[in-house]
Amino acid sequence: MDRKIRVLVGKPGLDGHDRGAKVIARSFRDAGMEVIYSGLHRTPEELARMAVEEDVDVVACSILSGAHNTLLPRVVECLKKEKGTDELDVLVLAGGIIPVEDVEFLKQNGVDEVFGPGTSTQDIVEYTRANLKR
Amino acid sequence: MYLHNQVIQGLRDRKRAALARAVTLVEDGSEHAQHILEEAYRLKGRSKIIGITGSPGVGKSTLVDSLIEAIRERGDSVGVIAVDPSSPFTGGAILGDRVRVRSRTTDDGVFFRSLASRGYLGGLSRNTGDVITLFDAFGFDYVLVETVGTGQSEVDIMRYAHSVLVVMAPGLGDDIQAIKAGILEIGDVFCVNKADRPDADRDVAVLEAMLGLNKDWQWRPPVVKTVASQGKGVPELLDKIDEHLGFLKQGNLLEERVSRSYLAALEANLRRQTVEHVLSKSRSDGSLDCALKQLSEGKTYPAALARQLVEKYLCSGV
Repeated sequence: MDRKIRVLVGKPGLDGHDRGAKVIARSFRDAGMEVIYSGLHRTPEELARMAVEEDVDVVACSILSGAHNTLLPRVVECLKKEKGTDELDVLVLAGGIIPVEDVEFLKQNGVDEVFGPGTSTQDIVEYTRANLKR
Repeated sequence: MYLHNQVIQGLRDRKRAALARAVTLVEDGSEHAQHILEEAYRLKGRSKIIGITGSPGVGKSTLVDSLIEAIRERGDSVGVIAVDPSSPFTGGAILGDRVRVRSRTTDDGVFFRSLASRGYLGGLSRNTGDVITLFDAFGFDYVLVETVGTGQSEVDIMRYAHSVLVVMAPGLGDDIQAIKAGILEIGDVFCVNKADRPDADRDVAVLEAMLGLNKDWQWRPPVVKTVASQGKGVPELLDKIDEHLGFLKQGNLLEERVSRSYLAALEANLRRQTVEHVLSKSRSDGSLDCALKQLSEGKTYPAALARQLVEKYLCSGV
């Protein structure tokens, strides 16, 4: 049996900048993971549906629009609805331009970790490997 | 309750999370997979299975997007399996088909799954045949299987699909490409996509000429022009695919294709199991190391050694 780690790299909301998302997708790929990239401008409902159908271990959202406090809790909520449980077996990560004072709020709302600008991709990959939920 | 029982119950109840998990277990080669597949083989037999193949960049994913639309317009349900390549170095992959397949993501009549080829070279992943069976068991009206961008010889899809759609784009080759063996021989329906480009009509003519060389077709593959990004020509394309499926049914040729897919699945499993058996036996009793040493000393050659190992581990007791 060869268990592969699968990651959905998601771009929720209206910002059109996905260089960061592509860099992190590439880093997950180079770490031997299978990465599904959602493409730009996805709704939380769409990302949750993708996460279920692709049966991913990780949902990593990149967001630079400033709407993270609205969109990311909604992603978590939709994931719970799609999966039919409050106990998610998916690791939810966020990255992008997210002020430190918002991190606590996001963590209270189901985001497992937030990675700001300047985080090394190696750190993100290591964190991911160490914190998988299944 | 065992994991596989949970998944099987979920498949019967048509829960999409259960189908998703079943695909993962089959792709990973989990011990739960065989129980799930046993049940899936009992449930299957309803879906029309369409293979979609062609070179990288001809617009396969965009065409899948508009085919989903056309199928849903008719009220039928559709499952999509999209295969992209794995890195030969890290085993990782970027599965990018969702970037193009943008509409109907949350439509309950659509299920989309991306697979990585995981080192398998036929244009699919090693277990795509079994994944198709899972989708069929779930009961979609159509199952679309999009291969990795293919070159000229990745023709595995013909073993599993009822109908194979070969997608091309203008300007990618002259008429010598069209008479080569391989991918052009497996099409049941051809599609020249990006047909708003200037060379499209010329390419259609070249294809038609190639197909015209054969005079005794049972089924003469039609050539359809599409502009997938605008949905143009796509309902007509779906009609042609349905026509082909109707032709197969009428001539009792569908069973032939289905039994071909059983043979392919059996063959793939036999290969894997025998190779794994011989390798693990010869590794554990040291004869693999011994064989490699003989090879490096130039005392024998690989084919002869392989025969010896097969005789030793597979023919004993027969």
